[in-house]
Amino acid sequence: MIAWTGPAALAGALFLLGLLGLLARRGLVFVLMSIEIMLNATGLLFITAGMRWGNPDGQIMLIFVLNLAGAEIALGLILILRLRDRLPTLDGDAATLLRDG
Amino acid sequence: MMAQWLWLVPAAPLLGAVLLGLFGPAFGTRVCAMIGTGSVGIAAIVAVLLALGGRGVSQALWPWVVLPGFSVNIGLYLDPVSLLMTLVITVIGCLIHLFSTEYMAGEAGYSRFFAYLNLFVAAMLLLVLADDLLVLFVGWEGVGVCSYLLVGFWFLESENGWAAQKSFVVTRIADIFMLAGLLLLSTDLGTLSIRPMLAAATAAWPQGGALPTTAAALLLIGGLGKSAQVPLQTWLPDAMAGPTPVSALIHAATMVTAGVYLVVRLHPLFLLCPGLMAAIACGAAATLLVAALAGLFQTDIKRVLAYSTMSQIGYMFLALGVGAWPAAMFHFLSHAVFKALLFLSAGAISMRLHHEQDIFRMGGLRTKIPVAFWCFLVGAASLAALPVITCGFFSKEMILGFVWSAPGMGPALWAAAIFGALLTAIYIFRAVFVVFFGPATTAVSGAYGVRIVLPIAVLSAAALCIGWLETPHFLGGRAFFSAFLAPSTGVVARHRINGLIPLAGFCVPLLGTGIAWVLYRRGFWHALAARPEGRLRALLRGGSEFDAVYDALLTRPFFWAVRVLRDDPVDQAFGGLEWLAIALHRRLRGSQSGQLRRYAGWLTAGSVATILLLVFG
Repeated sequence: MIAWTGPAALAGALFLLGLLGLLARRGLVFVLMSIEIMLNATGLLFITAGMRWGNPDGQIMLIFVLNLAGAEIALGLILILRLRDRLPTLDGDAATLLRDG
Repeated sequence: MMAQWLWLVPAAPLLGAVLLGLFGPAFGTRVCAMIGTGSVGIAAIVAVLLALGGRGVSQALWPWVVLPGFSVNIGLYLDPVSLLMTLVITVIGCLIHLFSTEYMAGEAGYSRFFAYLNLFVAAMLLLVLADDLLVLFVGWEGVGVCSYLLVGFWFLESENGWAAQKSFVVTRIADIFMLAGLLLLSTDLGTLSIRPMLAAATAAWPQGGALPTTAAALLLIGGLGKSAQVPLQTWLPDAMAGPTPVSALIHAATMVTAGVYLVVRLHPLFLLCPGLMAAIACGAAATLLVAALAGLFQTDIKRVLAYSTMSQIGYMFLALGVGAWPAAMFHFLSHAVFKALLFLSAGAISMRLHHEQDIFRMGGLRTKIPVAFWCFLVGAASLAALPVITCGFFSKEMILGFVWSAPGMGPALWAAAIFGALLTAIYIFRAVFVVFFGPATTAVSGAYGVRIVLPIAVLSAAALCIGWLETPHFLGGRAFFSAFLAPSTGVVARHRINGLIPLAGFCVPLLGTGIAWVLYRRGFWHALAARPEGRLRALLRGGSEFDAVYDALLTRPFFWAVRVLRDDPVDQAFGGLEWLAIALHRRLRGSQSGQLRRYAGWLTAGSVATILLLVFG
């Protein structure tokens, strides 16, 4: 049995770190980076699970997740640029155009 | 050979109304007056020629409703009763039109006035000439509409519009009963054509049965509403808001007697219901007393006349209640003449006094406007039924004679009628003395033209003469009038009554006049008018407060229901759903802050909660 608990714990720690970053940071670039960290944490968990059960599916899923992360970061950066055109700021809390109430 | 021109009688005023309605303002006052008076004049000439020609003319014009088992033909039928009505409507109508051409001079809406008046004459003629009850009903509603339009003629004052609505709504309520009666007759007898319908009714229905009584009662309610009888009389005093010639034509001479005409026209049906006849007589006695008591306390000259109209039509219905059809029609004739005369004279008086109508602001007019005085005096004497010289005496004497000899309640009804006659003489001569005698209080201006003097002079002459058409036995016993009507009404036997009963009819009007004179000399009427009004006098002056009762029983509950239903309470339940959605929305909208971090926090909390639930739940 290969030791899997260490990488799994690392993945959990990374995910929580990303989540904390998402909730705590106001700069939108940092928010985007936090999301990347969370995605990578899931990727690591997939690899670990594949290793644990000797199954290559986990590695395939990682490729998907990386693709997804690439697309997501592209979209996210575009949205941030568009937002900066409208409001000259990168503060996520200032962008409350959909506020109601 | 005149018979084929019968259609011209209602058609001429109708054409006049159409012309005046469409092009009236462009014509100018002279042409409007000529068309308005001329069209009724043509109808009057045709009617006179028809009267000279022959009797029992009928003319089918065209079919209206053709269904298997039920058909309505538009046709005209001229028998002695409708001929009498037609003559009264066209001849008196023509005189009133002539009077109006001068009376209304300078008023805004001159052509509109004559258009309405012509339309009224056309509808009234259709009513009396109709061969079919449905056609009669068309005329019946037509005169109602014209009454509404003419009462509210000066529509810039809201009280006039209110009075017009009241007269229309009250008569409409009665008309609904009449329509129900027509439906009952048509479904049960299969026809509304008057003569076949009456023949079928007398053949098929038993004497005193429930069906004829119901049908006749429903029709009667329609007639009571139109004729301003208790309990549907409340609209007539308010209808005096219209111009005075309108009151003379519609609310005295013609339209308000439509109920009398209806009962006479359908008298075989009413003969089937003796109970209903007794009710008619009792209601009529109540009406004539209530109206005469109210007339005693009015201060507006037109309202005095309005209550006297109500009271005199009460006499007609009293005659109908005892089956004295010719007596009712005779009183109709004399009433049409003298009441038109009274209204026109009252109009002529107020014309010279800047439209003053309060009798206590008049006074001393006997020497200032002698024409109006003598004409009003003739009318008042006829209304009071001063013996021998006036037409009112002969017609009222005829009614009193029939009522006395009626079986059962005869003497009691006679007592009510003779008391009413006493009150009539008192209230009308109170008005005469207060208006024409004593010191003058209001300045008189202007002068009369021939178009004012001629109609009231002709009517005065008629009021003095037409009584001799039918005389009681102690004055010759002439029976020209009832012989003339006999083909329509049948021969109604007139009992010879001797002794005190005719003598009472002789003396009571003189007594009433004397009482009015004595009270006037002692200053009683002026003192009474100056005193603050007690409850009894207020009750009597307001026509025994029928208005207040109806207000409490009908009008206010109706308006309450309107207020409740206006907001649609059923819809309110569905509106509750909307209200709920909006309330929930208000609560939840606070959560949509637009802040990304907050959303992410909630997302996290939700996910954690879900996982915890799945793992430990």
